[in-house]
Amino acid sequence: MKALIALEDGTIFEGISFTGSGETSGEIVFNTGMSGYQEVLTDPSYKGQIVTMTYPLIGNYGVNPRDMESKTIHPTAFLIKEYQDMPSNFQSTGTLGDFLKEYNILGVEGIDTRALTRHIRVAGALKGIVSTEDLDPESLIAKAKNSPGLIGRDLVREVTCSLPYGWTQDGPKDGDNFSTASPGKYKVVAMDFGLKYNQLRLLADRGCSVQVVPATTPADTILAMNPDGIFLSNGPGDPAGIEGVVETVQALLGKKPIMGICLGHQILGLAYGGSTYKLKFGHRGSNQPVKDLATGRIEITSQNHGFCVDLNSLDQNEVELTHVNLNDGSLEGMRHKKHPAFSVQHHPENAPGPHDSEYLFDRFIEMLKA
Amino acid sequence: MPKRTDIKKILIIGSGPIIISQGCEFDYSGTQAVKALKEEGYEVVLINSNPATIMTDPEIADRTYIEPITAEFVAKIIDRERPDALLPTLGGQTGLNTAIKVAELGVLDKYNVELLGADIDVIKKAEGRDSFREAMYKIGLKVPESAIVHTIDEAKAACEQIGFPIIVRPSFTLGGTGGGVAYNSHELEELCTVGLDLSLNTEVMIERSLLGWKEYELEVMRDKADNVVIICSIENMDAMGVHTGDSITVAPAQTLTDREYQMMRDASIAIIREIGVETGGSNVQFAVNPADGELMVIEMNPRVSRSSALASKATGFPIAKIAAKLAVGYTLDEIRNDITRETYAAFEPTIDYCVVKFPRFTFEKFPEADDTLSTAMKSVGETMAIGRTFKEAFQKGLRSLEIGCFGFGGHAMFELSSMDQRDLELKLKTPNSERIFAIHEGFQRQMSIEELYELTAIDPWFLYNLKQIYDTEVLIKKIGFSGLDRDFLRKVKQLGFSDRQIAYLTKTSEDDILEMREKERQKPVYKLVDTCAAEFEAYTPYYYSTYEEEDESRPSEKRKIMILGGGPNRIGQGIEFDYCCVHASFALREIGIESIMVNSNPETVSTDYDTSDKLYFEPLTREDVLHIIEKEQPNGVIVQFGGQTPLNLAVPLAKMNVPIIGTSPDSIDRAEDRERFQKFLQKLNLVQPDNGTARTTDHAMEIAKEIGYPVVVRPSYVLGGRAMRIVYNERDLKEYMTTAINVSSEHPILIDKFLKEAIEVDVDAISDGETVVIGGIMQHIEEAGIHSGDSACVLPPHSLSKGTIEQIKEATRAMALELKVIGLMNIQYAIKDDILYILEVNPRASRTIPFVSKATGVPLAKLATKVMAGKTLSELGFTEEVHVDHYAVKEAVFPFDRFNNVDTLLGPEMKSTGEVMGLDKSLGLAFAKSQVAAGQSIPSEGTVLFSMRGDDKKTILPVAKQLTELGFSIMGTKGTAQYLNDNGVTCTKINKISEGRPHILDKIQDKQIQWIVNTSRGTRTTEDSYSIRRAALNYHLPYTTTTAGAEFMTMAITTLKKQPMEVKSVQEYFE
Repeated sequence: MKALIALEDGTIFEGISFTGSGETSGEIVFNTGMSGYQEVLTDPSYKGQIVTMTYPLIGNYGVNPRDMESKTIHPTAFLIKEYQDMPSNFQSTGTLGDFLKEYNILGVEGIDTRALTRHIRVAGALKGIVSTEDLDPESLIAKAKNSPGLIGRDLVREVTCSLPYGWTQDGPKDGDNFSTASPGKYKVVAMDFGLKYNQLRLLADRGCSVQVVPATTPADTILAMNPDGIFLSNGPGDPAGIEGVVETVQALLGKKPIMGICLGHQILGLAYGGSTYKLKFGHRGSNQPVKDLATGRIEITSQNHGFCVDLNSLDQNEVELTHVNLNDGSLEGMRHKKHPAFSVQHHPENAPGPHDSEYLFDRFIEMLKA
Repeated sequence: MPKRTDIKKILIIGSGPIIISQGCEFDYSGTQAVKALKEEGYEVVLINSNPATIMTDPEIADRTYIEPITAEFVAKIIDRERPDALLPTLGGQTGLNTAIKVAELGVLDKYNVELLGADIDVIKKAEGRDSFREAMYKIGLKVPESAIVHTIDEAKAACEQIGFPIIVRPSFTLGGTGGGVAYNSHELEELCTVGLDLSLNTEVMIERSLLGWKEYELEVMRDKADNVVIICSIENMDAMGVHTGDSITVAPAQTLTDREYQMMRDASIAIIREIGVETGGSNVQFAVNPADGELMVIEMNPRVSRSSALASKATGFPIAKIAAKLAVGYTLDEIRNDITRETYAAFEPTIDYCVVKFPRFTFEKFPEADDTLSTAMKSVGETMAIGRTFKEAFQKGLRSLEIGCFGFGGHAMFELSSMDQRDLELKLKTPNSERIFAIHEGFQRQMSIEELYELTAIDPWFLYNLKQIYDTEVLIKKIGFSGLDRDFLRKVKQLGFSDRQIAYLTKTSEDDILEMREKERQKPVYKLVDTCAAEFEAYTPYYYSTYEEEDESRPSEKRKIMILGGGPNRIGQGIEFDYCCVHASFALREIGIESIMVNSNPETVSTDYDTSDKLYFEPLTREDVLHIIEKEQPNGVIVQFGGQTPLNLAVPLAKMNVPIIGTSPDSIDRAEDRERFQKFLQKLNLVQPDNGTARTTDHAMEIAKEIGYPVVVRPSYVLGGRAMRIVYNERDLKEYMTTAINVSSEHPILIDKFLKEAIEVDVDAISDGETVVIGGIMQHIEEAGIHSGDSACVLPPHSLSKGTIEQIKEATRAMALELKVIGLMNIQYAIKDDILYILEVNPRASRTIPFVSKATGVPLAKLATKVMAGKTLSELGFTEEVHVDHYAVKEAVFPFDRFNNVDTLLGPEMKSTGEVMGLDKSLGLAFAKSQVAAGQSIPSEGTVLFSMRGDDKKTILPVAKQLTELGFSIMGTKGTAQYLNDNGVTCTKINKISEGRPHILDKIQDKQIQWIVNTSRGTRTTEDSYSIRRAALNYHLPYTTTTAGAEFMTMAITTLKKQPMEVKSVQEYFE
């Protein structure tokens, strides 16, 4: 089925839907990872976005339950060069196409994804629309222009859990996790801004009992749970567009050790009094080099963000830069000098991506011990 | 950390001659590294015996030693040059093994030379099977169950524990030489005998066979701050059990989930750390059980490799260059990424296309050899193709191979439809060089993916993709020419189908399809290889074609010339031609003309994005080349440098009005077409051996009868003497005609009188149309009848009279002018009874150009390029032949040790894979060096065995006499011994194998023979002489199969008794 992709700047791309008909809009972004499409699709940070993979062959190894990073698919559409409808992998339980169909997400193949990526690189992230129903370019371009976009939109509200849940060996389990029969060595409350399960897995692997709470949970409630530490997850969209969360984090700062990732890191930046800005086309992929300024070591990181904390907006007496992106020099990690709080812009929980930064979870554990 | 300032001079060891498993990828890597180190201000000393390399060009390193790569020679160079450091990881296994030996000799300690990149302990830890396994256990990684054995009995005992089938791998050998899979104890014994012998430390590992597991490779880099990055992942399409050099491989990995891939990545990083490779690149190989994902480590190479060259070309990340910079102390984040300019080398390349590498085999050269693929590498070259999909890359790769197929299906080659089903299944089950065609036949027979997977163990993902190609093939056939509308054409082109395939399937012509595509505006676009999937702007113009929307090529307005490369290396067309193409590119740069390279060989310097102003990594077919020409609109195209591949395109391209520069295609044809050539020679009053051209067997018999046997027969338009044979009688000719006509049905068979015992001479010359200058005259050591690529030769000629040389020069000039040669020309002469015969004239770059250039210090290919671009030789200041006061000896290197059951006897069909050069003031020493460099030791004492055919006994008499005087004992087979004894040389008679024991083989095994001289007539060699030659090969005994070779060897021994071999750099020769 023929599909058209229209961008707000008037550019049109053509493809073929491999998931049936539909029409959907979103911000078009590209991811440069060569594997890990299932993790990308289930990463809540992609909420409201149309994702294109730069690697052309997608679907090769199918999908499987273990690679779910959340309950559902978050991008509004998935654009690729060539869909592989015949997966081969012992873990595969289904095809990518069926997976997308299950969640009613448009999958379009046959696109010159390199041209699309180059276009985004030059023009920046754009609003776009994908449709198999309306094949009139002019009409689609108009729709793309009028689509809501992400600026100022509180996407976190759309992806955060509605009720608290805990992380068990078998995955998420509703309810209170701190009072289970075999509690972990450390109690960690994870504020869910759109978290990825691997964050919880890695915390659990390190002996933590993890209690996930909705993003709107007040600071008092969190402190009342008496955790050893607080984890601020990743999440979608513009950190400046989220209501109330910055204040919550401000209230938590200094009370308990805090680790933040991605959106959690940006929220910390705002809580420290800094500001954030939108990157031209973001960092999305599994090959971003980051330098740990303390050790001088380079880690290859998994990233997915369109916004960034402005280093110059931070009080250097309070906040120390700890990690920097080697490609563009942007801020990748920071530490509060007075309070036990640190955060990184990239995804140390990977999934998909390299495991180089998992040590940051160990750092968090060290903080919890102290 | 900045670069080190405590070291100033660095020694680099090259990899020597091109052999199977060590191709020109090490020239590519080495050249990059030398350039990188010089750029950083280090003084670089280089040793490499291979004159056909770019790295041995005098302007690349500061001091270049074209000397044999042995520990002794390296020690001499160290003594002379006193380098501060030695970088051992660039010269393949040869470089690494030599470095170990040099260290073990104590030379490094004595002269305080530091090993860069990896020290001896690290190399040993990675290469020694025991130590490697221990290291893997330590970091919690699994390796296949195995045992290290040193004797056959140990092997048998261990095998009882592990069970069959098992893999036998000798330690410390090249490309898995001598390794293999044993299914029973008989095979085990056979493989272990060879393996123990080939191993440098008489050590063989036998291990659990992981046949059917998926095979992967990761290219890893580490800097001294312990930063580690992965450059590329490669998935082998052929499952475990086939050497990765012989596998069809794909980048990146296709059938791993991210989690599986990251496990492999973690393992690679842990391995490079545990083994302790301090800086540089390593290659790690893994096996994955398709049933449950179990991961096993197979091996690790602590150096740049064939795979790292492939990974560099596949990603655009120059591994060797970065490795060199890391070795002198830089960290990854201090080195700029050339391609993006704004980012650093500290990242992991990501690609947005699919890369497929195909091995190139030459079993047609060794019909006796078994084409089963196993753990010992057998391919001689490779080709790489880039496409936006696997299917596109796969089909591009197949047509890049130049084996007559223009994709997967849709051609008449490798037709297997008459094959019995059981045989087909066997062909699918046992990996072999034609298995891909068996898969196609399987589809044709409606075999299912499951069945094919069961038989081939090729992952279903690949099989599904191939099936999609096949289904489209069927569809094209069904739809036919009239059904080719725009959408369908586009789809078909996106799947990588060539016009030739479509034409074949629709029973039309390639031109019909092209015309149709032009009408429907279906042309390829060009995309960049940029290391980053377009995340950053790329500045290096490295392109591949595909059928998509956006075209990224940016043709300039400058004057530009396109060079067509040689495609995959094969016997007869190898690094020598790539050398010429690279020089063409360098020359164009020197005169300010934009250079555009087109080639499909990932091993070469020509496909380094640094070499030319633009690089198109594309198949060298008419279709692919025409599209690039249409896009770039070059002012000229050079087809004369890349060997037969581009030359074959000369006429088709000229027909399409492509501006081919240099000697015109018509002149090329005049020299190649036998009848036109005859007239040409008659016009110049030059003589050629009596000859004729036959199109039928009967005609051939007539001609041969008229000329008189023996005759040389060959198909026209071939390179490397393909299917060329000396035929002694009618029966043999008849047999030949029935097999050879198939080789090239469009072209007739050429029959020449064979000039027995003539001297053969090769001449390379250059002409601008007015001035002709001789580049070099090379006299062959072996008599006529042995392919010029296989015979050793001497520059300048060692025994030609002044008169003959003058005659040669005159003839060369006359022919160059008559053919209106613009550029290079090579002529083969034979001299018999003082008559100069013209055997062949090739108005193009020859295989000997690099050798002549190195021997004389004149960059002939560069000069020729400039001439082709319009300069005159006098403008270039090259009007006089250069005379040298030293000797250069070229010796060929053969792959016989790779192929069991192949006779080592030389003939008119070329069989060598590479060459070395011996350079010295003394002819004897130059020859001695060439032999040592080629891996042949020179005996200084002991026993020489002679087993000569009829007439040769007489010729050899003075040689035997001289050897006796030098203190050697002489041994001979019956006839030879009698003749020698009768003529005053004491000779012990030894039994031939058929004469009962103790016989020659016993003596060889007891190490009672130090050198074997054995000549034999014709193609039908006797059982006896064949097994003598094979035994010599297996026991690494020096052996000589011509009397001329024996004379030279004796001269070398004599000279060596008086003076030892010394080293001298190329730069000093031409100061």
